[in-house]
Parts: sequence; C-alpha cells; structure tokens
Amino acid sequence: MYSLRLLASKNARAFEVAYNLFDPLVRAMAPLWRGIGYERAEKTFAVFEVWTKGLLLDCQRCGRCILSSTGMSCPMNCPKKIRNGPCGGVRADGNCEVKPDMRCVWVDAWTGSEQMKDGDKINTIQPPVDHRIQGTSAWLRHVRDDIAATQAASEADAKSGTGA
Amino acid sequence: MIIQGPEFRETPPGHSSPGRLERALRSGRFVVTAELNPPDSANPEDAYARALVLSEVCDAINATDASGANCHMSSMAICALLTRAGYSPVLQISCRDRNRIAIQGDVLGAAAMGVSNILCLSGDGVQTGDHPEAKPVFDLDSTSLLQTIRTMRDEGKFLSGRKITTPPRVFLGAAANPFAPPFDWRPLRLAKKIEAGAQFVQTQYCFDVPLLRTYMEKVRDMGLDEKCFILVGIGPLASARTGRWIHSNVPGVHIPDSIIERLEGAEDQKKEGQQICIDLIQEVKEIKGVAGIHVMAYRQEEFVSEIITASGVLDYRTLIREPSPSSNKET
Repeated sequence: MYSLRLLASKNARAFEVAYNLFDPLVRAMAPLWRGIGYERAEKTFAVFEVWTKGLLLDCQRCGRCILSSTGMSCPMNCPKKIRNGPCGGVRADGNCEVKPDMRCVWVDAWTGSEQMKDGDKINTIQPPVDHRIQGTSAWLRHVRDDIAATQAASEADAKSGTGA
Repeated sequence: MIIQGPEFRETPPGHSSPGRLERALRSGRFVVTAELNPPDSANPEDAYARALVLSEVCDAINATDASGANCHMSSMAICALLTRAGYSPVLQISCRDRNRIAIQGDVLGAAAMGVSNILCLSGDGVQTGDHPEAKPVFDLDSTSLLQTIRTMRDEGKFLSGRKITTPPRVFLGAAANPFAPPFDWRPLRLAKKIEAGAQFVQTQYCFDVPLLRTYMEKVRDMGLDEKCFILVGIGPLASARTGRWIHSNVPGVHIPDSIIERLEGAEDQKKEGQQICIDLIQEVKEIKGVAGIHVMAYRQEEFVSEIITASGVLDYRTLIREPSPSSNKET
C-alpha cells in the first residue's frame, strides 16, 4: 500500500487525467444512481472505492475526498490528520515528524501537485472533516452535492428571473 | 506591561482586538514577544515568577499549550492568571488535545477573561511527550482553526452556524517554519494561513539567517509581509551539546554546523550561546518585512531581558530599572 501510495504521488498527473475522465462518467450516470437510490448505490460505491482508491492511493475513507487538491497524496495518512499541511515538524530528509520512516504525506502532496494541471488547488483551504461520513463513498457524495448545487443555482436563477 | 484597565478595553479603529500586541505591531515599531515555560505546579506564583522576568522587554507573553506534548499548567489557566495581573498574554491552542467543541468554548472563555491574542497550532505529535500512549485528537488543523476563530470573531457564529451573542475580539496568530522542507512551498503555506485569518506569525527557531532571507524575499514578492506581521523565533542555546541534541531530536529545528562549531570553540558555551542569540537578533532585525522577534529561551528565561537589551533592538525605548520615588526623574 505504502509503495503504491508513493507511486501515485510520483505519477500524480496520470492519476489526474484518469480522474478527469472518470468523474464526468460518474456524473453522467447520475439518473442511474438516483434510480437505484443513493443509499443503496452508496454501499456498492464504498466497496468500489476501497478496492480502487484504497489500493492505489492508500485512501483512508474520510468521506470527503480531496486527493485532486493534494497531489494525489491522501492527507488522512498524516498522523496528525492535517488537511492543510504540512506541519512545521517535517524532517530535513522530508520524512514525517511522528513516523520517521515514512515520507511526509504533504511533501509528497507538494511534489504531486507540481506535476498536476490543477496543482494550484493545493492552496485551497480545506474545512475540517465531517466525522459522520467517514467510511462512506466520497465519489457518490461529490456527484450528489454537485447536482444539488446545480439545482439550487438554477432555482435561484429562476426566482430572480421571476422577480425581475 | 500595560495594565488593561477599562480604558484599554476598547478596540481601536482598524484593530480586531483591544490588546497591546496588536497595537504595538500596528504602530510599526519593532516588537518583542517571548515564550513562558509553564510550571508543573498548581501554584499561581510559579506562573507569575516566570512572567515577571520576561515582562520588562516583552509586548506579549506566549503561554504554551502542552508544548512537546508534555503536561504542564494549561495555556488557558496561565492566560487567565496573566490577564488578572495586567499582562498581555498569547493563548496558544493546539489541535492535538481538544476537539472543535472544546476549542470554540475555550476561545469564548479566553476572550471573556481578557485574552486578546490567540496562536493557532496543529500541535506536536503525542509520541514526543511524556504521555505517548495518549489519544491524539486533531479534529481541526492550524489552518481550519484559524478560519474557525475568524468566523467566530467576524461573523459572530460557531462552526455549526449557531449565533454568538458577543463575538471574541481577538488578534489571530499562527506558526510558520521557513526552515523545514518543502522550502519552496513555505511562503505559499503562509499565504494560506493568512487567507484563513492569520494576522501575525511566530516562526520556528531561526539559526540560519540566509535561509530566512530567501524565505522573506519570496514573502515580500507575494506581498505577505504587508498582510501579516512576521515575528522571527529566536533562542539561546545553552551549549554545543544542547544544539546537537536539538538538531537531531527536535524535528523542524535546523541548526547549521557553523553555530555548533562556534559554541564548541567557546570557553563559556552558555555565554557564547547568548551572544549568538544577540547576533541573530541584530541580523534578523535588518531583514525587510520582519516586524519583531519571538524569544523562546527554554530554561534561560532570566536572561531574556539581558539578551534583548544587549541586542539594542529596543534602544528607542527608555528603560529605567527600579526608579526610586525620591530621586529626580532622568531625562
């Protein structure tokens, strides 16, 4: 897992391309997820994520995936669970303060983000984790939230249009 | 230290706190803060004794929050004691030991007790301290903590969105470490903390001025020194052995070989450590964008006043020790 994780941040650009191909596909299938029911689809997706992201990216299943903003290095592997890292304790060799034999996940995040097209996303402030959603599918939530946001925006537009 | 009487409780225009530290920094003069090593005791006099030796030269005193993950009197309690005595303390909040519910409650409590400054930290890992078996919390990190307290102050609401009737008027700080990798990213990380709410930063120990200069160059290019007050961390090394130990055992502290060699070659290593500290302060003061220094003199607090005075950074202030009431005032 650890060696695969290192491989992911070294090849962050390739993972970004793959993610950018996969993401619209999952979104396009939104009617299907709605039809199945998000709750039911969630369980299948969660298992799928364990086998893909878990294996390749050492995903810790926080439920709110930010890998595309962290150079494909999962921040939940940081012993301090820092979502806006790195901390000030990074060792001179780039290894972790808490686990001296492990490379700092945020040093990897920086290296990975430098390769990525949207690497600047690493400068985005990440909110704290919602502990209620740990272990659930981040992909499906992403799609669900996105659709809800689009719907809310179009409803707001319609309202303002009526008002004018 | 200024006694924070009723007349000092107003927040001046353009300030976010009524405290002395923000006023001093915004006045543009060179500012000195120092770290108080908290006592392993329930006696308030132990905290007061440690504050007293720092008070002569400091604009604010940092009360550490179980630094190094070691148990001591809490930062909150020390700050409460210090505000009662008229000091201007900096409450340090580490995300290691408390979750978002506890922290937000502490912020309100601290502000209610007259604390005007809060330093937001992620915190050292528990493995470094005297309770390595403890459960680390890390519900928030330093950046999300900054954003949380800024929201409490500026929007008057908790993270949950619930309204706060009297928001805390606090000056927000963060830590920065220009001396740890990835070096290229450190200024960007400072920018992120500023965006999250940092108004001042206190850096890790500086023993490598060229490295700091490179960092500050990037910081100035990004205009960050105009958005945030930068206080550089400084401290005296007691001996070459201590220096070597810190360099090898305290992650994030970088001590160049030249400093260790200089200590080794000295007859009185403790004195030389203080002289190195004085030299560093004088060099750091000349770097554009540095607003002041933050002194961390572990087990050498009694020398802080001497070191600061010898460095000359406060020469613009008139320092009169123990004035006699009967003597004529000196001009």
